[in-house]
Amino acid sequence: MFQLFRKNRMWRARPLKSRYRVVIIGGGVHGLSTAYYLTKLGVKDIAVFDKGYLGGGASARTTAIIRSNYLTPEGIPFFDQSVKLYEGLAKELNFNLLFNQMGRLDLGHTDAAVYALRMRTEFNRILGVDSRMIGPAEIKRLVPSMTLREGLPYPIIGALYHPPCGVIRHDAVVWGFGRGADRGGAELHPFTAVTAIDRANGRVTGVETGRGRVEAEIVLNATAGWSSDVARLAGVDLPLTTHPLQAMVTEPLKPFLDKTISSANLHAYVYQTDRGEVVIGGGVDPYPSYSMRSALLPMEQLAGHTLEMFPCLSNVKVLRQWAGLCDMTPDYAPIMGAVDGLDGFILSCGWGSWGFKAAPAAGRNIAALIATGNTPDIIKPFALSRFHQGRLVNERAAAPAAAIH
Amino acid sequence: MSFLLKCPNCGERSVDEFRFGGEVVSRPAPGAAESDWSSYFYFRPNAAGVQQEWWNHRYGCGRWFYALRDTTANAVQTTFWPGQPPPSEQP
Repeated sequence: MFQLFRKNRMWRARPLKSRYRVVIIGGGVHGLSTAYYLTKLGVKDIAVFDKGYLGGGASARTTAIIRSNYLTPEGIPFFDQSVKLYEGLAKELNFNLLFNQMGRLDLGHTDAAVYALRMRTEFNRILGVDSRMIGPAEIKRLVPSMTLREGLPYPIIGALYHPPCGVIRHDAVVWGFGRGADRGGAELHPFTAVTAIDRANGRVTGVETGRGRVEAEIVLNATAGWSSDVARLAGVDLPLTTHPLQAMVTEPLKPFLDKTISSANLHAYVYQTDRGEVVIGGGVDPYPSYSMRSALLPMEQLAGHTLEMFPCLSNVKVLRQWAGLCDMTPDYAPIMGAVDGLDGFILSCGWGSWGFKAAPAAGRNIAALIATGNTPDIIKPFALSRFHQGRLVNERAAAPAAAIH
Repeated sequence: MSFLLKCPNCGERSVDEFRFGGEVVSRPAPGAAESDWSSYFYFRPNAAGVQQEWWNHRYGCGRWFYALRDTTANAVQTTFWPGQPPPSEQP
């Protein structure tokens, strides 16, 4: 019986070679997605290293909401490409990812908030993303269990409705990409920490791992949550501060909510999973930390703000709570691409609270960069050099729940 | 994770009384290169370990001070006033 399961391993344990063309640091959804798309482009000499088990970092702690209703002309097409890849991903990987495109409402409680939502809607529509503004009557029809707070401070006066938004089984995405990468020829090496990145004459030459030295032409930093320290191994500074984001899950309830709901004013987002549990997430903690223990005050605030929208949850018990690390960038947009002055070192970091939804598009475009040496146009605006050129991509308005730090 | 922070004026209080003011970084001299300024604005060590930070006792005396904090465990080693060396180095 045991052997029966052994045959169907998702990926194989393999001996470590002394040389690879591409070394990917970080075996989460971004590292594995990049490895998968690299194998599809014919680059098979790849090693993915992770200090723990695969998908055990930020990929295990995401609340797994997929959407593209961003604000900037750089961000919207990129996240839209990612949503479209997610739509076909279960078929592509031949693995059920339980993707449920339930739709999403971004709530506006004030005239200023509605103005910002309207601006996002218009940018979305111009760039071909399905978003529209709706009023209280339609909000009530779509989400009858939510109170619109009529007659109370901060009533819900409008919402940005984004039908393609969905929720996905996050572990399945990691496993699917991992299996696809393994079958394509990439080697996955969990429990192999990278302790140093070797450089010579302005380019990377390899990495030191807990299992020995490995030579490499290309080294990718895909270590959300630990990007600053890993980049420092290569002598590269990043414009990041790492903040925990707290989330929690309630006991399962009968279906009462089939949309994801987000409120920038209340710093909370809520959805009900297919299992009936209510997932509640919030803003990042107001001070940076690498500690992933929960704190009482943010939990109280999250619960309180959720009850402002859903008083019906007042007697529901919280089953579990956790925190994940978010590498926040100054402009709330990711950092992707090559690094000036260090050939062969590629970044996929600064994934803040918007990383999981971007994994297929980031992986595909970074794989194209590694395979061809040319940065695809769609990720060009996200290079590290933008911070020295004053070309920031201001996505603050579109990452509202996170933007309180 | 919550922790206690010792305001040099008011004593030990919950972190929820304070506002975090960023890592302590030094300002470039006037006339420094543009890249020095962009580094000063945006780039931070962001180390998993001890870093020196600005904190403001927002719901207390309102004063700004320095803290040395280990970001992996949220353990505050010491707090002191700007312009003074850390207490361990004071005579």
